[in-house]
Amino acid sequence: MDLDLTPDQQLLRDTTRKFLHATVPLTAVRALAENAAGFDPGWWQRGAELGWTSLLVDERRGGGSISGEGLRDLALVAEEMGAMVSPGPLIATNVVAQTLSREASEELASHVLPGLLSGETIAAWCVSEPGHDISPDEMTLQARRDGAEFVLDGVKRPVDTGGQADWLLVTATGSDGLSQFLVPSSAPGLRITPLRGLDLVRRHVEIGFDRVRVPASAVVGVLGGAFLSLEAQLQTVLVLQCAEIVGATDRVFDFTVQYAFDRSSFGRALASYQALKHRFADMKLWLESAQAITVDATRAVQDGAPDAGEVVRIAKAYVAERCPELIQDCIQMHGGIGVTWDHDLHLYLRRVVVNRQTYGDPMHQRDSVAILADRIGEQR
Amino acid sequence: MTVTTAASRGPAEDLGTFQARAKEWVAGNLVPLDGADPFLGHATDDADQVVRAKVIQRKLFDAGFAGLCYPVEYGGRGLRAEYQDAFIGVSYGYELPRLFNMPTFTIILPTILDFGTEEQKKRFIPAALKGEELWVQFLSEPTGGSDLAGALTRADRRGDEFVLNGSKIWSTYAWKSDYALCVARTNWDVPKHKGLSVLIVKVHQPGITITQIKHVDGTDEFCQEFFDDVAVPADQVLGQVDDGWNVASRLLLHEREAMSGSSVYAMAPRTAAHENDQVSAAALAQDSGGATDPRVRQLIGEARVLTRVHAALVGRIATSIRTGRLPAAAGSIPRLSNGMMRVRLASIALEIAGDRAIAWNDDDPTGDLGVAYLGRQGPCIGGGTTEITRNIISERVLGMPREHAEDLDRPFRDVRTNAAVPRHRR
Repeated sequence: MDLDLTPDQQLLRDTTRKFLHATVPLTAVRALAENAAGFDPGWWQRGAELGWTSLLVDERRGGGSISGEGLRDLALVAEEMGAMVSPGPLIATNVVAQTLSREASEELASHVLPGLLSGETIAAWCVSEPGHDISPDEMTLQARRDGAEFVLDGVKRPVDTGGQADWLLVTATGSDGLSQFLVPSSAPGLRITPLRGLDLVRRHVEIGFDRVRVPASAVVGVLGGAFLSLEAQLQTVLVLQCAEIVGATDRVFDFTVQYAFDRSSFGRALASYQALKHRFADMKLWLESAQAITVDATRAVQDGAPDAGEVVRIAKAYVAERCPELIQDCIQMHGGIGVTWDHDLHLYLRRVVVNRQTYGDPMHQRDSVAILADRIGEQR
Repeated sequence: MTVTTAASRGPAEDLGTFQARAKEWVAGNLVPLDGADPFLGHATDDADQVVRAKVIQRKLFDAGFAGLCYPVEYGGRGLRAEYQDAFIGVSYGYELPRLFNMPTFTIILPTILDFGTEEQKKRFIPAALKGEELWVQFLSEPTGGSDLAGALTRADRRGDEFVLNGSKIWSTYAWKSDYALCVARTNWDVPKHKGLSVLIVKVHQPGITITQIKHVDGTDEFCQEFFDDVAVPADQVLGQVDDGWNVASRLLLHEREAMSGSSVYAMAPRTAAHENDQVSAAALAQDSGGATDPRVRQLIGEARVLTRVHAALVGRIATSIRTGRLPAAAGSIPRLSNGMMRVRLASIALEIAGDRAIAWNDDDPTGDLGVAYLGRQGPCIGGGTTEITRNIISERVLGMPREHAEDLDRPFRDVRTNAAVPRHRR
């Protein structure tokens, strides 16, 4: 939780919280596990009315933030959604909307953004590839020129919300360099294969591109100039992932502390045992640290700080490493009930692990941080 | 608040002007470290360090850069923490009198500000800010470190003075210091927390014997003191007689702030020590072509993550305490973080150094890493162990029940202590 919120931001947070409690309590999340999409499109449109889709989109393109700092606003929503292991394509749709707002031609933006903003359409970012880190050097999906068109070939996996999306933002490489294309999910040549997944409501797919033809007007931003776009999108995703993880972990820690007060053993509350108290003290330290670095990363990316790329990777490395462990410790504090289907603990663990494993896991982030430190060292 | 300072000759300068003026003064008056140890500076030995620190502190005072956050009436400048941060920023890399940083400026003087009489504040705070008097803490005793309130050192009232007898230990650089805050028992007929007093004690005087303790890393900064009928004037009690636990608790709070890097009175960068550890690990890796080794990159990355997250945590907790989101005891959270982080950094450095940490040439910096590893647990022990810290976090931040104790409900003279334990059991 950011400790320095404006009244408008507090309102956004409270409104989001109330709406989530009223519409998608954990019983509803469990019920959605049987739903193919994992969320109700009508519900998502109501969320869009609260601002969930517009915060990263420029006002001139129909969007608008609450505080003038859209990413900080959206991180609050992500945190609340983490606390409720909420359904909905929050990260997938917003990261695409951000890039369309910043980089798309007027024609493309006016064609696609209104639907994303109203929640009537959904977008997904196709970036991860099997067996590769997310980095410009490792991208293999090929974009080849053919007359006035481009032909896309390759595989993306896993794609968050790819099975529900109307629009796919595809990051590709080729002789023109790193480029991005906006492709309708109905395009011929797309093979969309649903994957079984850990999260009850967040769906992932594999998407094969077999000579998928797109017009030149599908290029988002500058052809061959997507290096910075990729970095900006990644930074946004990492911030939202961290926010969602700390939102989930904060909730789990809260009810686990309460459990330690309520539950007795040998005639005493669990909370009275030093062996457990010390573990709770460690958990409190990790939680506060995770929140602190998430806030720092959010602000750094929001402000376009020179060290934003480093801070956001540090945040992901720490938060995604520490918080799943923290939740596992909370499961340990619960004993047997903690590893049952009926207890809600696993819903939270699923969500934080999904975030941990996607868009660069902690090991990948530590590697990037070391390389950045090395580069910074050389420059000095 | 409008503050008039001699150096700026008018109402408080804005931060930018202050920073520019400080930068210019630092460049013209302080000596760059040029690779020298930030703590020792260019001192040739320990005695020289005391002399140099006092001279530099006096220069800072005369130029209006000493005690920036201390009240004007006690020789400070009455400025906000941002000004101290700005000065830290511009003076980084220069020789500073860091000997005064802890405990004098970050622990002792804040406690005197909290509890001192007007006479005590006027007598002791300006003298320290001018670099005339260096302080030390007499807290732990050989019979117990974590259980500070179980102090056995006694101060008996005799006329208009107290007579001090007993022993203190783990005091840092006691022999370099001029004054000490000493926790002693003044009443044995009440429970442990109700019979303590905090005395202001002149360090170099008849009846006080100081010995230095050699540490595993070969340094001898820690001392033990023996008190034999040391006379302390009765007006040098800080706070009320028998209310010393209240005073000591505040002192410990300031200590935790200092240890965690969140003290507004600190003159050194709040996380510099940690950054340095990390940088040295990275430098090492580069010597061995480490940045090309993915295993070493994992360790460098981890070190960088730990230090940056700790810095974020320090800021968050300081803000949380200021705004009341968390109780003051939450200062223990960064203290725990600091201990655990430094333990891990020492291990990372050892890991990267390989066998060069255990066998090295004279000019090989990796030798320090092996030696540092021997004292690795220090940051988890000094300033209250991490175990006590976890008690504090769970009890006073999370509100969990206190540990059972056998010594709270009876006169201290009836409490079992280590004083009664024979040295060798058979």
